[in-house]
Amino acid sequence: MHTIQLGGIDYAILIVYFLFVLGIGWALKKFMKSSEDFFLSGRSIPAWIAGLAFISANLGAQEVIGMAASGAKYGIMTSHFYWVGAIPAMVFVGIFMMPFYYGSKARSVPEYLKLRFDEKTRGFNAISFAVMTVFSSGISMYALARLLELVLGWNFHASILLSAIIVLVYIFLGGLTSAIYNEVLQFFLIVLGFFPLVFLGLQDVGGWNGLVAKLNTVATGAGFQAGTWTDSWKHMDAASANPMGVEWFGMVMGLGFVLSFGYWCTDFLVVQRAMAANSMSAARRTPLIAAIPKMVFPALVILPGMIAIALHVGAGASGFLPLEKDGSPNYNMAVPVMLGHYFPSGVLGLGLTALMASFMSGMAGNVTAFNTVWTYDIYQSYIRPGQSDKHYLWMGHMATVFGILFSVLAAYAATRFNNIMDMLQLVFAFVNAPLFATFLLGMFWRRATGHGAFLGLIIGTAAAALHHGLTLPKGAMVGIKGGYLGTVLHTYPSEMAQNFWAAIYAWTACFLATLLISLATRRNKTDEELKGLVYSLTPREVEHGVPWYKQPATLGVVVLAMAVILNIIFW
Amino acid sequence: MNLDIRFPIGLMFTIIGAMIAVYGLATGGSEIYERSRGTNINLLWGAVLLAFGLIMLVLGWRAQAKARSAPPRPK
Repeated sequence: MHTIQLGGIDYAILIVYFLFVLGIGWALKKFMKSSEDFFLSGRSIPAWIAGLAFISANLGAQEVIGMAASGAKYGIMTSHFYWVGAIPAMVFVGIFMMPFYYGSKARSVPEYLKLRFDEKTRGFNAISFAVMTVFSSGISMYALARLLELVLGWNFHASILLSAIIVLVYIFLGGLTSAIYNEVLQFFLIVLGFFPLVFLGLQDVGGWNGLVAKLNTVATGAGFQAGTWTDSWKHMDAASANPMGVEWFGMVMGLGFVLSFGYWCTDFLVVQRAMAANSMSAARRTPLIAAIPKMVFPALVILPGMIAIALHVGAGASGFLPLEKDGSPNYNMAVPVMLGHYFPSGVLGLGLTALMASFMSGMAGNVTAFNTVWTYDIYQSYIRPGQSDKHYLWMGHMATVFGILFSVLAAYAATRFNNIMDMLQLVFAFVNAPLFATFLLGMFWRRATGHGAFLGLIIGTAAAALHHGLTLPKGAMVGIKGGYLGTVLHTYPSEMAQNFWAAIYAWTACFLATLLISLATRRNKTDEELKGLVYSLTPREVEHGVPWYKQPATLGVVVLAMAVILNIIFW
Repeated sequence: MNLDIRFPIGLMFTIIGAMIAVYGLATGGSEIYERSRGTNINLLWGAVLLAFGLIMLVLGWRAQAKARSAPPRPK
């Protein structure tokens, strides 16, 4: 494909952005006096800022690129990741789980596990999480550098180096606050940078109705009913009736319940933003405030992909998207190709800066979560306990440096061993899906024990691996995609269906194992010790002075009602 | 933290918005707008960004003025 030519104005915009990002880190440097300032922003962040950072930390380049790619490949069904997945999970974490995260004064998710269960459960979660963050930030660094190489002809190594240094400097200087402030800046940049793309694209295809008509051709051309790309629920009776290959049960349980709740409710990367809030009420409102813009994000990240595939099929043999070796369109190029197609110099620089911003916010989210878990849950717990706060603050700075260094190494590993990176991501999925069962039982059942939680997690992870080893997605070879345990018991219509079901099995196995093992083992915490950690043992906090419309329950109901309406409109 | 995030956000969008809008004025009628189907998207969107930046700055100043006139919050 042709590379996109940038003008002087585009570079100038990019430079202004870099200066502001670094400037924020520099301005916050003088406030970083204790480890709590560095890792927890001194618990001083207002709800709206924490809320925007909450979604922005998740809004990495992979989300922007990946959701548009899914939008092109599967159509509007991709929005289930938002309207069935993220939104209910965000409401749940705000209303039911945040009182324990924030109220327990735990400094991280693994630390909560230690307070609630025991040391080994915390160790397992801390180590797997630390490895996971480094690899995810490495993988996204790799993805962006590859993209810039392909689209702009930039040097791969220079892109990695530039982005690593900028993220390093602003976190090193200003810690979590700097990451959060920049995430808010990046949030606005992403929204304002992609909006004109959607505007011009929709105008080009004749508005929403024009797009529906064009996507009907896409759907019938692919052998599905007209409307498959623009109806989110109508074609979900059977897995074979839609391009995603998923029926409604696998979707609601696998994606909606296990994967989304697992991610939004237990992943420290996002939970850390709420933990930095300045009060319990602000911490609870953080995910609820985040849910409102999150709900309309499909218009910003999925719609460009849908427009791109409409243009691709409409263009006939010449195509709009570049083609893969096997002749299928390269869906990952949807956003970059759209940027080059619609944006003249000027807004082009803005769109590109938004893409860079999305990547940096995702990477910074991983790095700040890593340095906290490393310093508090690994270094302070197992390597050098009992040091001064100044020492741990120093360690946090060091962890930022080597966290980024490891990410860079992971990015280079991805260039050489693509399969190993796929494999690692798979293993992480195995670790994450059962974790939500552990939290659910831990927070709502006081009888859950440390042994139960630890063994339950391991059994859940093993169940995911077993399921993966015995199944395959349609058309895949035995190996990284599954089926490596000798026999293939079931073939799923798509990889996504296989993932959703793996999550369901992993969650169920962890839930049942934790339940049974807890009943068979002695409780290791008394009721008194579990106060503030378990629902039934924690007195309900009445929030005085918070008007009714700012109460988490009111916000939660409003957010859920809006999500239901969106599902109905695009049914 | 004593840094109101609205100031850096407001300032950055004011600068970038002004840059894009001025570039849009200077390149009005140019063939580069064939890409955006004849819309001078730079002028239009630059103005939107500029307005957003200024609103953020105003909100920041208002909050600052309010904080100065109000007595310190008891902790």
